[in-house]
Amino acid sequence: MTLASTISGRYAPGTELDGFRIGERIHSGAMGHIFRVTGRDTGFPTIMKVPRVGAGESGEGLISYETESMVLPALSGPHVPRFVASGSLAQTPYLVTEWVEGESLEQLLKRGPLSPEETARFGAALADAVHQLHLQDAIHLDLKPDNAIVKADGTVVLIDFGLAYHAHFPDLLAEEQRFAAGSTPYISPEQILGTRSDPRSDIFSLGAILYELATGKLPFGVPSTMAGLRDRLWLDPVPPRLRTPGIPPWLQEVILRCLEPRAEDRYQSAAHVAFDLRNPDQVALTERASKATQAGVLGQARRWWQARGGYALSQHAPKSQKSAAPIIMVAVDTMHPDDERQPALQRATAQLLSLSAEFRLICVSVIPAGPVTERAGESGSVSGAYLDHIVRLRHWVEPLHLPRRRLSLHVIESANPESALLEFARRNHVDLIVLGAPHPEQVRLAWWRSVASSVTANAHCSVHVVRVPERAGD
Amino acid sequence: MRTRWKAGADTVQCSSTGTRHRSRPLIIALLSDIHGNLEALEACLRHATNTGAERYAFLGDLVGYGADPQSVVDIVASYAARGAVVVKGNHDEAMVKTPRYMNESVRAVIDWTRGALSSDAKAFLAGMPLCVREEQMCFVHASAAAPERWDYVDSPAAAQRSVEAASTAYTFSGHVHDQELYTRGAVGKMIVFRPARGRPIPIGRHRPWLALVGSVGQPRDNNPAAAYAQFDTKEEKITFRRVPYDHFAAAQKIRAAGLPESIAYRVEKGI
Repeated sequence: MTLASTISGRYAPGTELDGFRIGERIHSGAMGHIFRVTGRDTGFPTIMKVPRVGAGESGEGLISYETESMVLPALSGPHVPRFVASGSLAQTPYLVTEWVEGESLEQLLKRGPLSPEETARFGAALADAVHQLHLQDAIHLDLKPDNAIVKADGTVVLIDFGLAYHAHFPDLLAEEQRFAAGSTPYISPEQILGTRSDPRSDIFSLGAILYELATGKLPFGVPSTMAGLRDRLWLDPVPPRLRTPGIPPWLQEVILRCLEPRAEDRYQSAAHVAFDLRNPDQVALTERASKATQAGVLGQARRWWQARGGYALSQHAPKSQKSAAPIIMVAVDTMHPDDERQPALQRATAQLLSLSAEFRLICVSVIPAGPVTERAGESGSVSGAYLDHIVRLRHWVEPLHLPRRRLSLHVIESANPESALLEFARRNHVDLIVLGAPHPEQVRLAWWRSVASSVTANAHCSVHVVRVPERAGD
Repeated sequence: MRTRWKAGADTVQCSSTGTRHRSRPLIIALLSDIHGNLEALEACLRHATNTGAERYAFLGDLVGYGADPQSVVDIVASYAARGAVVVKGNHDEAMVKTPRYMNESVRAVIDWTRGALSSDAKAFLAGMPLCVREEQMCFVHASAAAPERWDYVDSPAAAQRSVEAASTAYTFSGHVHDQELYTRGAVGKMIVFRPARGRPIPIGRHRPWLALVGSVGQPRDNNPAAAYAQFDTKEEKITFRRVPYDHFAAAQKIRAAGLPESIAYRVEKGI
């Protein structure tokens, strides 16, 4: 079957196929064609993807089609297009999915680089989508601005799962070197070396996209040879702030941490990237943030030498993102710092943190919203009460001796602590909420009772309720 | 149609039964390496029935190691009488023919099992074919490349030989006690996949698939739960199953029968 006969035959506009009426062709590429289709009562617009098949075709289109047909039906949620139907591969291969209305990051980039604020906003939305994908045991492996659609509400939807990996299915693209590597400007070092099962590959691509959003340039150009492709195993990119001086140090820190050649040195979870992009003041700055030049000749030589051993090929890829790098949120009642529940909460938090090396701990205190009475120094927008409670939070967490990059502190002013906690936890992909249960006799803390039960009932994640054991005779 | 392989002095039969079943059932339960473990077999059959299995295929090694060979053969024979596929394993063959090589504990097991089986049961085991082909499916205990040699399908190359000899879209086997799924990947080489339990995996018939369905009666992956698989012929999906059962009772029976302690221990630990 040739391309011409494919299009003029079974998939010609106007024809019917398995109850779908084929409409306008909206895309033709190396992998295949995309048509608008109607005919099933899905309630949303649909498209049909048809792979290139037959003599003279490389088979890439077919294998990508087969991979996507396997992976997409297993995915759900607001960050992937909804799967509708697929045809028999042997007879009429096609894949019908939701058509995602919106603008791709590629289209956005056509108007030039984005401001740091926009980069952070779109980047966080993209990281949300990547995290949700990883939670479903899938890895995209072909993230690029073309494959990220921004919807009107700001949500990012990932499209094109033709090179994706899903832990529940055999990887048909295993050992495939010719084309499975993805798009050369964005793929990770370990993908170049043939690893397809490390979710941190997507973090690297996320970093390359953030770099492009912020600077308008690609961190490693568009390599066309294998040698050029392998450069990223050791070559550090030009620091973003050198290209665009307006980029703040924290954003450079985030971007360069995503782009570390060793997967172990990157963020271990897209949720952590999203968190930092949304909380710039909580980003722990390292020498990455202030880097003003690429490594010198000697530095490059050292990186090259290290990379010779193939170190980028991680032997310790996490099996699942679900437990690899949890975000743990502890709700600390800084209104009552001497309460007997505080040591119990500290002990429970320390125990939970000891279960994982790659956690991020978020300490949150909700204080009643009040009028801004005192002006605190130059940052005129924060109240004295706010600063006071930040100090109390820091004091609370000090005994745990956590490195700065594992920790962040937040004081939220709200009249409704349970919804403030729930909303904060959901927005920041928290995996576990830790909070204290009220003591039956603590009448004056009665509001905590409703917080503990309401958070437990309505949280999107697990909740660990810490109780001070009853004493005998109580 | 009957196919014959020449294999040394033996003549190996391989039967094809493509037209026997007019209304083709949808879900086939694939059970292998029961090894005389009645508790495990009953648990798997219950599980399969409750999850919609309409047909059954027993992929060999009904006996050996376990304390209930006669009951297991009786159950499988009754399923066979109702149309189940049954193929022979090396332990089944050993009931009537002394194998070329075996270690001491296996010899003790074989001697004990022979004594525990009725002559009818032995005749049933002796009469099972080595390999059955049905439409796009090939059922064989070890490798379809030479079923009578009991070669382990334990590498992509071995899987390649088996699917080529089977020349069907699907090859279902046991012998290797692990659950594994082989197929031909994008570069033309066989790739191996270790399936997660309970997740349906699409296995379209446009590429060859070889499934090792695991062992009902003697799993060896540090998980004592019985293993089997279900193939949905209409949806073209395979689901690998693990079924917990009273493995302590099965191990206790092995001890009570006077069989080697190491075998009871294996069943208890799943090793």
